[in-house]
Formats: sequence, structure tokens, C-alpha cells
Amino acid sequence: MEKKLLSGNEAIARGAYEANASVATGYPGTPSTEILENISKFYGDKIYCEWAPNEKVAFETAAGATTTGARAITTMKLVGLNVAADPLMTLAYTGVAGGFIAVVADDPGMNSSQNEQDTRLFAHFAKVPVLEPADSQEAKEFVKIGFEISEQFGTPVILRTTTTTSHSRSVVELGAPIELNRPHSFKKDPQRFVPIPAFARGMRVRLEERVEKLAKAASISSLNRIEWNTNGDKRVGIVTSGAAYQYVKEVFPEANILKLGWCYPFPDELFLEFADQVERVFVIEELEDFMERRFKELGVATVGKRLGNEKLVPKYGPLDVDVLRDVKRKLAENEATKAYFVAPNVTKSDAKLPEIPTLPNRPPVLCPGCPHRGFFYALSKFDVVVSGDIGCYTLGVAPPLNCMDTVLCMGGGFTVAHGMDCAKNDRPVVGIVGDSTFFHSGMTGLMDVVYNKGKSTLVVLDNRITAMTGHQENPGTGKTILGEETFAASVSEIAKAMGCKNVVEINPRYLDETTKALKTAIESDEPWLIVAKEPCPLAYRKKLEKNYRVNQEKCKKCGGCLKIGCPAIERAADKTVSVNESLCVDCGLCAQVCKFNALEEVDLAAAKGGLV
Amino acid sequence: MNAQTNTKESTSVVLVGVGGQGILLASAIIAQAALTTGYDVKTYEVHGMAQRGGSVLAQVRYGEKVYSPLIPKHEASVLASLERTEALRYVDYLAPHGLAVVSDQVIVPVTVSSGAATYPEMDETALKTYFPRLVYVSAVERALELGNARAANVILLGALSTKLDNLADDAWQKAIQTCVKPKFVDLNLQAFYLGRELAKNA
Ligand SMILES: Cc1ncc(C[n+]2csc(CCOP(=O)(O)OP(=O)(O)O)c2C)c(N)n1
Repeated sequence: MEKKLLSGNEAIARGAYEANASVATGYPGTPSTEILENISKFYGDKIYCEWAPNEKVAFETAAGATTTGARAITTMKLVGLNVAADPLMTLAYTGVAGGFIAVVADDPGMNSSQNEQDTRLFAHFAKVPVLEPADSQEAKEFVKIGFEISEQFGTPVILRTTTTTSHSRSVVELGAPIELNRPHSFKKDPQRFVPIPAFARGMRVRLEERVEKLAKAASISSLNRIEWNTNGDKRVGIVTSGAAYQYVKEVFPEANILKLGWCYPFPDELFLEFADQVERVFVIEELEDFMERRFKELGVATVGKRLGNEKLVPKYGPLDVDVLRDVKRKLAENEATKAYFVAPNVTKSDAKLPEIPTLPNRPPVLCPGCPHRGFFYALSKFDVVVSGDIGCYTLGVAPPLNCMDTVLCMGGGFTVAHGMDCAKNDRPVVGIVGDSTFFHSGMTGLMDVVYNKGKSTLVVLDNRITAMTGHQENPGTGKTILGEETFAASVSEIAKAMGCKNVVEINPRYLDETTKALKTAIESDEPWLIVAKEPCPLAYRKKLEKNYRVNQEKCKKCGGCLKIGCPAIERAADKTVSVNESLCVDCGLCAQVCKFNALEEVDLAAAKGGLV
Repeated sequence: MNAQTNTKESTSVVLVGVGGQGILLASAIIAQAALTTGYDVKTYEVHGMAQRGGSVLAQVRYGEKVYSPLIPKHEASVLASLERTEALRYVDYLAPHGLAVVSDQVIVPVTVSSGAATYPEMDETALKTYFPRLVYVSAVERALELGNARAANVILLGALSTKLDNLADDAWQKAIQTCVKPKFVDLNLQAFYLGRELAKNA
């Protein structure tokens, strides 16, 4: 069979195809986004795919599909499962008729997330199996095996990846899709599918029985294996899972390893079998001490997050080879464990390098021409509290705009603002969400404000796309994930239908109209919804005919244009300001803030001598 | 050597630069060349959150068997940078006697243009103090001479390939043909061999 280098996310997409899944749903979120993008791109003709407005909707749609006997998969990032927690908790009770997998991508190190929650604990809470692939080949296989576990035990299954497993590429052997040929036919069975208390109590009992059966199955599953070393030395046994396995293999090649791909329901029998055969058990897991606690409950002494009174394996942040080498060094130095380990030997250069100069940071910034910039610049002139949300526009928090005071979670932009107003905050409050965020969970907040006679100034930064996660379609863009035309929901119309009387659409590239709308809204005692509508220039590229240059004769080097924080405007050491022509996309914001009219729009064809 | 036999057997390459410079294509070509040669391969990419202007880091490891896709410190045979000072951020990754390949292109970050930070003075001589084995290339200029500034990444790739002698010429050619759009194959092959030449002279 063909071998390919695939990312973990691409491999999961391939797994969905090889497992003959019928339905795939999701909501974007790093590091999970490429799974559904790849399913739609390569298998969109075979698997029904959709971006849902949020994770709860995506989860429920997949759950519905599976009641017919179909195989369904839903994808999200770690915090997405918080949004989908309600259906998860009860789907565990009702169980599933077909196969159901929720892929949840964790983000140790918070590369692009607002928290670092460990999804394995969620699986425990919901009493559903969690699978943890360690590379792309496993990512693909675990989708197939996950569906089998799901169907055999009638349970939803969580496939948990991390940023490293989702985004690293490794070699995958492709397989042929299996044939299922089953009818998709819902069979009426209220005792099973309707959790009214009378029936739910029965489900509750069956859930516990299922967890016990799953624990037994996990103990003998091929997803979990013991790798004995070749020299027969049984003193050290390391328990690990997921990406951490790779680092353990590299740093502790002499150890015996219990490698878990299916760590919950806890395979107690396997845990005890391993512990019995080795002298000391070490647990090396990324994030929480999930497995380690279980060993303790089983009465097995372990070394893991702690070594005596010292901290050992970090409880937060990503693991890697360097981190584990530190761990090994500590083990080799500690009285209690030094008999078992030799400190790792890293060959560094002896040459003493001169000190490295301080390098300028390259923080993520709003792109040149980003419509969010104009809005924030206008907003920065008001004395208000800004309740923000998650998206590209969160970058408005950075200098020089400094325009975001709180962020909680998706949808929180409106509701947190409303809460401040309810508490009669001494300054006006502005609540901000993006378009995708509005459809995700901002809408209900708007409804709350209107219904409960709030007075917040609410803003939707409608750049016509889900930008932050790499430009996915959403209910407002008029296109499905497959690029088919569909109804484009209008933020303004939705707001009016909710009873919001004051709705205004503005273009945030124009400072005057933005400022005017903000002033009216902030001074009003009624709720206002401002829709700042202008497409993301990266998602909707235009052929550039003009851009801006600094007329050095007019420029007074005051630095006023730098206050918009545009990456295309550069200042030299002598304070001369210039526009980087290769970056400027002709948005014209700089020209509006320059008091000396020094920023001039130039015709590109003319500038090149009319040759273009 | 005790515990690290596994790592020693694999070859590691770190590529750095700024979003949009073509780092990911360069890493894909290395990975493909290693794959056709029959090696186990792993790669990992870190993108900044922004589409443009953020730091980009790509890592490629290949060998008989590769475990961690993330390269440990002091183990990269090659550190290549498409931007003049970005390599300094990752100097820790380079193994003793490792090769640094650096393009002289400067990309000024917003923190500098806004006046919040300064861009360090840096030239070939200064870089040599950090990277005793350095190939310093005017990659963008050279690529323009070939007719397309975007080939700068593959010039750098050619230069760094001189250090990866476990990948044969044939594997590189095939990899370029696989990873690049057909109409750009010739340009990229030219760029690749130009890079090799430049590294030989260095
Ligand atoms: C519950 C949850 N799901 C997904 C994400 C990932 N995420 C972060 S920003 C974002 C999209 C924001 O899009 P939009 O509101 O349109 O703003 P834009 O980035 O376009 O400015 C998503 C999906 C998240 N942080 N939380």
C-alpha cells in the first residue's frame, strides 16, 4: 500500500474515509481545524461534511446521524468540548446505535488557546473511552478502531490529539476503505433514546456496567502494549501515552514501557500486571496526573509529577525531549532513584558564544488592511471599558491600539459587557464579537440584552469570514464548507428580529462614520448593535491598483500614523516614515489619521511608468 | 554513548523565517527527499498566529527510526534562516559543528517599525561569531537574477543540502519535482544547484 507523509489531522481525515464514516461535522479551532478541511477537500463527495455554527450543534448533528446506525465524526478544539459538554454527558447515557467519535484537540503550551484543559479528565467525567494516538499512523488507525469500540459497546468515543500529534507529519500507510453496506434506519426504542427520569435511571446503571466492560477491554486492547527492553532488566517501568511516548522512547531507550493508546476507562488489570513485573513505576504524561492518580488508587507507588518533595514531570506546558532529559537528570541525581538512571549526555559545543543581542519580537499582529484596525483606532478615543472576545480582533489588545479589557470565552463579548452594565459600572461598556463568534454564541447574548432591557453598546466586527482559524465559511458568508452557495444570514436582520431597535451598519475603514456610530451608541440608554462590515483582505484578495506612499516633503515625522499599528508603515532610526509597498493593500486608514496629508494614494501602473 | 543512540542516528534540520517566505515548502522538499530515500521521517511546523509577519519554525528529522518530531536542543545538523537575524533566536538547536545557512534579507518586525524595539546590527562577520560554520547568501538577490524572488527559499535549500550527504542528488531532484508546481520545476532546480554552488565556495 502507498505510504505518505501526513499530519495527524490529515491522517484522521483519511481514517474517517477508510472507516467509511457517513457524516463529519465540526467547528474550527486550532489545532483541530484541518481535520474537517481535509475530509471535505478529499472525501467531500463521499462523506457529508459541514461547519456547524458551534461545537454543540456539530456534536448533536453527529449524534443524530449515529442514531440511524451511521458512523459519524465531529471535530473541535479542547474548549469546544465545553460548548458540547451538554450533549456529551447525556449521549454517554443513551449510547449510540452507529459509531460516534468526537475528535478533541488539546493544546499543551497554549500555542493558540485560552486555557490548557486536559480532555482526558472530561472523558472520565462523561464516562466515555478516550484514545490517544502518538503519531499520524496511529491517528488514522485509532479512528477505525474507535468506531469499532463505539459500535461494540454502544458508546461515544473521544479521540484526543494534542498540538504535536495534530500538526506533526509522519509516515502513514494508506489503506482501502472498508465496506459497511448497512441501512441507516432509526429504530424506535424510547427506553434507550429518551432519558426521562424513569428511563435515565436504567441508563445510569447500564453506563456503570459499560464502563466496567470497557476497562476490561482496554486491558487487552491492541491500543495498549508493553514494550519490554531487550536486556531483561525489569527495574524501571515507565507508563506513558500520546505524544509523550515519543519523547520517552528517545530519552529512556533502556526502559520498559507501558504505552497507552486507550487510557480510560482505566485498564486496571493491565496497570497492575505491569506494576507487578517491574521494580519501580514511573508515570510520564503530558498535563494532568491522570493515569498516575489511578495507580495510586490501585495502591501502586509511583514517581511522576513528584519525586519525593520535589516537582518532577511538569503538570502544565508541553513535554519534549529536552524537558524529559531534565527529568532524567533529576532522577539520576536523587538519592531514591539514582540507582536506576544515568544522566543524559548532551554534546554541546565548548566554544563560548558571544552574548546574543536582544532580538525584536515578532508578535502576531493585525494584517495590513485589516478592517478591525480602523474600528479599534476609532474606539481608542472613547473612555469606555471594552469587553472583547476571541478571534483576530483579540489582537486589538496589543499596543498601540490597547483596546481590549476583558476576554472570557466565545460569546462572552456581549454577555460580560451586559454584566458590567447590570452592576452599574461607572463607565460605559462596549461588547465586541466577530461574525463567526456572533453565530457561535453571541446571538443569545444579544437576545439577553434586548430582552432584559440592557443598554450595552454591542459591536459585531463582520469581516465576512472566520479569519483567526484560517478562513472558514460560516452562516454569514453564503457558502458551505464545500463552497456551495447557500443563504447568507445577516447579522443586522437577526438583531432586528430579536427586537433590537437600534441597528447600524458601518464600514470600519472609514473613521468618521465609525466614530459617529460609536458616539451615538455609547451615549444612548438603549442597546445598540453596530455591525462593522468589511471583508478580510486576506480572504477576499483584490487586484491592487493603488496603494499609499509617504510624501516626505509634507511629512513632519510626528509618528501619528504609527498609532494605528499597521505593519506596512515603517520608521527608520532618524524617524523617517515610509510605507512598505509590498505590504500595503490600499486600505487608506493611515491617510485618515495623518494631520499633514502626507500619505498619498498612488496609482500603481502610473508609479511604474505606465508600463504595467 | 548511552541513552541517546536513537537520536544520534537521525538527522535534524531546523528552518526558520517569517510568514510567507516559503519555509514550509523547503521543509516539505527535505522531508520528501528523505522519504524517497527510504528513511523514516517526521516534521513539525509552528506558525505564528498571524498570517503574515510572525516567526515561522519548521523542523525535519529523518533516519532509520525517528521518535520525537520536535528536535532537541544541540542536535540540528543544519539551521537555515530566510531572515538575517532569526537564526539567532534558535542558535541553541544547532549541534556542535553544525552548519548555519543564513539569507541576508532583513524583515523588519512591527515592534521595530513602531519604535518599541530595535533591529540589531548584524552582518556576515558578526554572524560568524555565533555560527563558526556559516553560509551567508544574498538569496533574494540571487533569486531575482534567476527571474523570481520567491526562489530564495530553494537557493537556501541547495546550500543546506551540502551538509545532508545521506540524501543523494537524485532524491533531491525527485523531491523538487514532487513538491513544486510543474511550471516552476526548472526554476527551482536552477535555484537548488545555485545554492549548492554558493555553499561550496563558502
Ligand atoms: C469554544 C471555542 N471554539 C473555537 C475556538 C477557536 N476560535 C478562536 S477564534 C475563532 C474564530 C473567530 O472568528 P470571528 O469571530 O469571525 O473573528 P475573526 O477571527 O474573523 O476576526 C475560533 C473558531 C475557541 N477559541 N473557542
